[in-house]
Amino acid sequence: MTPEPPMSQEPPMTPEPPVTVGSTATPLLEVDDLRTTFHTPRGAVRAVDGVSLRLSAGETIGVVGESGSGKSVLGRTIMGLISAGPATEVQGTVRIGGRDVHALAPGERRRLWGPEVAMVFQDPMTSLNPTKRIGTHLTETLRLHLGLRRGAAADRAIELLVQVGIPEPRRRVRQFPHELSGGMRQRVVIALALACSPKLLIADEPTTALDVTVQKQILDLLGTLAERLDMATILISHDLGVIAGRTDRVAVMYAGRIAETAATAAVFEHPLHPYTDALIGSIPRLSNEPHAELRVIDGNPPDMSAPPPGCRFAPRCVHAFERCREEAPPPHEPLAYDARHSVACHAPLLPAPNADSGNADSGNADSMNGGDD
Amino acid sequence: MFMPRETTTMIPRRRLISLGAGLTAVGVFLLALGLVAPLIVAVRVLLALAGVVTAFSGVSRLVWGLRRQRVDLLPWVCLAWLAVLIVAAVLAPVLPLKEHRDVAATLLEPVYLEPLRYYDHPLGTNSAGLDMLARCLYGARTSLTVSLLAVTIGTVLGGAIGVIAGYYRRGVDSVIGVLTNALLAVPPLILLIALSTLLEPSIRNMVLVLSLLTVPSMIRLARANTISFRQREFVFAAEAMGAGRLRIMARELVPNVLPPLLSMAVVVISGLIVAEASLSFLGLGVRPPEPTWGNMIAEAQGGVLQKHPSMVLVPGTFLFLTVFAFNVLGEKAQKRWNPRSAAS
Amino acid sequence: MTRKLLLRLGELVVVLALVSFGVFLLVALIPGDPAVAILGEGHPPEDYAALRAELGLDQPILNRYLDWLGGALTGDLGHSIVPPRSAVIDRVLAALPVSAELAILGLLLAMALAIPLAMWSAAREGGLVDRAIGASTFAVLSVPSFLSGLLLIMVLVNGLGWFPRGQWVRVSESITGNLHHALLPAVVIALSEAAVFTRILRSDLVVTLREDFVLAARARGMPRWRVLVGDALRPSSFSLLTLLGLSFGSLIGSTVIVETLFALPGMGSLVVNAANQGDFPMVQGATLLIAAAYVLVNIGIDLAYGFLDPRTRRVHA
Repeated sequence: MTPEPPMSQEPPMTPEPPVTVGSTATPLLEVDDLRTTFHTPRGAVRAVDGVSLRLSAGETIGVVGESGSGKSVLGRTIMGLISAGPATEVQGTVRIGGRDVHALAPGERRRLWGPEVAMVFQDPMTSLNPTKRIGTHLTETLRLHLGLRRGAAADRAIELLVQVGIPEPRRRVRQFPHELSGGMRQRVVIALALACSPKLLIADEPTTALDVTVQKQILDLLGTLAERLDMATILISHDLGVIAGRTDRVAVMYAGRIAETAATAAVFEHPLHPYTDALIGSIPRLSNEPHAELRVIDGNPPDMSAPPPGCRFAPRCVHAFERCREEAPPPHEPLAYDARHSVACHAPLLPAPNADSGNADSGNADSMNGGDD
Repeated sequence: MFMPRETTTMIPRRRLISLGAGLTAVGVFLLALGLVAPLIVAVRVLLALAGVVTAFSGVSRLVWGLRRQRVDLLPWVCLAWLAVLIVAAVLAPVLPLKEHRDVAATLLEPVYLEPLRYYDHPLGTNSAGLDMLARCLYGARTSLTVSLLAVTIGTVLGGAIGVIAGYYRRGVDSVIGVLTNALLAVPPLILLIALSTLLEPSIRNMVLVLSLLTVPSMIRLARANTISFRQREFVFAAEAMGAGRLRIMARELVPNVLPPLLSMAVVVISGLIVAEASLSFLGLGVRPPEPTWGNMIAEAQGGVLQKHPSMVLVPGTFLFLTVFAFNVLGEKAQKRWNPRSAAS
Repeated sequence: MTRKLLLRLGELVVVLALVSFGVFLLVALIPGDPAVAILGEGHPPEDYAALRAELGLDQPILNRYLDWLGGALTGDLGHSIVPPRSAVIDRVLAALPVSAELAILGLLLAMALAIPLAMWSAAREGGLVDRAIGASTFAVLSVPSFLSGLLLIMVLVNGLGWFPRGQWVRVSESITGNLHHALLPAVVIALSEAAVFTRILRSDLVVTLREDFVLAARARGMPRWRVLVGDALRPSSFSLLTLLGLSFGSLIGSTVIVETLFALPGMGSLVVNAANQGDFPMVQGATLLIAAAYVLVNIGIDLAYGFLDPRTRRVHA
């Protein structure tokens, strides 16, 4: 870990006691004010800029955001795949099962990967070694972490392939990745991730590279396996539609920060952050009128080497006012009846009747909310 | 390539300048020590090398600090060396140099003088009292003439054949392809040796033989580039406007094929310099008394080497610096204009 | 696969025919009368005529070529014109093992040096080690092998006396003695090859290390070195393999130099001496053999791709 020079202009975001953005049970994963900064020739890029998360055993959370919002970097930093190095700075803490991932020695950290936390990558075409047989991928992992003998590892590999629904597993273990279809390969990748029964699975856009018809199968498979193995899951996606109905909670990321987090249903029912609202509005729905215009968000995500001061979304936000451009909004829970619905916005889109937030700008927010529907 | 890594934390400019100046001073001191100190040759060479590396890193930091931005100095240093060498080689007959080939004229000169000790023989003298600096510069004349001429002929010839092969494809292409493969099937040095049994060792023949070595790889490069360019819109457009084949090749294809060919040519030059030197070293190239770096080094084999290492080190340094300079510039050019084959 | 192989073999035959013809032309085009060259001046004209008939010089050129080729195919490469006029094939066969040993030893040393260096360099991309290795390989590339050979002789043989001078000990006489004599020449051969190999392999490794499957392997908890060796090395070795075939040419080149430098009785000194004496049948025979070996090696390399990359391996039903 690098020593931590003061990087941010803002006050620290975790007050005492920490705002728990998750369940009340002992968390499996605790992320506190995580910041990942890449130093590039063009300047420092703050890919993740102050993210806090809680996840308890068996819980699923969806992380949603546009490309470049830092969600993949967040996933990799949580895992420790991205760690402090010559051009990378990681601040804040990640605890998995109570152990500070970034404080561990590299060898220790590696021992977490597999039995504690595993990752499913985006593109199954590239995340398997083209020169290795499917079986070798599985057995080498099993032998490394579980110390299985060759024969036992081979048997377990076949069991795993059965578990992820691959037909003819005995033939498949002898094949090379290029001999399998995309969906089959992603099943292999999932089998690999499950090989050592991790407690936490990070699925980074697991279906983006797949055919639409296969996407649902893979997502369903991930869901059932997570439930059966009591595995906590972080499902990263750029597509709110993928996450709807599949996760317990949703965290919406924008420009390296979490804009809003809540139970999945709550986010869809009454999004508090203008960005979330716009994101939901941009999902095409069958129930829409034919030829109804999809809402799009004007402008582009900010350049992360020079993010705007204040709220990152302010330049694109139709509701933004002076304060948004000057002061970054801290996450808070404006809803009296839902303490787990947190939003980082000066003027959240509060449901009109029971607006009770103690937010100085609630009147403003009310008026905006009225105009929204 | 030798660019220091993009350092992330900005080093303060003043520290950069003082560090650069310090390193430069230390480097120059080490180099001077290596060149003149009365030590074992191996130690002196190591000292000089360390000095050069230190001084170079010092100067690049200094420039970085002064210009507030990183500059890759190496290509400039190489360019400077080649410029000095070429000018000196061209002007060799009019420069006030001592005798370089006529043994009869140096009967009274001291032999085996150490370099960097005497004003009238800055790089010392050889076994016959001939001046090493003069010999090295005349060697550069031969070496550069031969390799530059050969590379020009090889590039023009190979480029033309390659463009034709790539443009016409089919019959012409496969004939040229087989011939190219046949030419490439003989290892270069063996081809040179075999041809040297046939031809008298003269500058003209050396140029001929070395250009033959250049042709096949130039054909391949020109052909591959032509094939990729002839499928571009601008060629179709020219064809549609009724341009003749010759015109398309000359006006549309050649200008596009030229940059990768030329950048390849720079790398080839260094190969040809080595080839010429190797051949002369083996006694099959330019023969004494005409000095070349290769035959100067050959002269110093055996017992001489033990007693007078400078006989090898002086022409060896000229050879190394020149080949190195062409390599550096060639790689730079390849990266810029021929990214596909810039790997090595 | 079979089709491809047949095609390659067809190409091989054509190329070898062309090479042999080219090599043959060396003699046909030689200036002056070979008979005079062999016997020297001042013999009776009948002697020259007889020798010309013996060498087949009175025949049309195509007949002579076919004759020579027929001989070459049956292992008869003619006789040296330098007394004692021994058979070319005998001399070549005596010299071949020496060169082959040097070349193979050099190649192995080069690989043994290049693979770890490239992996070290690629693993520390952009770091001090990487830059130092990059700079030194580049510098080594610019040192011709006769120069590096002489410098090594100067330091290791003359200066420190670690290696013996000249002479050659056959493997059959003493294995350790043979290795002792072959090692330094092999190092000289290995140096420039190792530099090229390191650079190529490093640049491919750097690309491979950015691949998803490398990250995925790390994410499975594989130790770094295992990822480097087990996952990254094989997919990165294609360029190296191609280069291996191509470098055979420069390998032979440096073998020639090294043999002359260390006075070793291999193909290189054979060819150089023959060339110096104008002994063209010898040059002819040796060149033909070397060219044939070169072409064959490159075909072998083509076939080796299938082994390294399963994607190019076609499955038989």
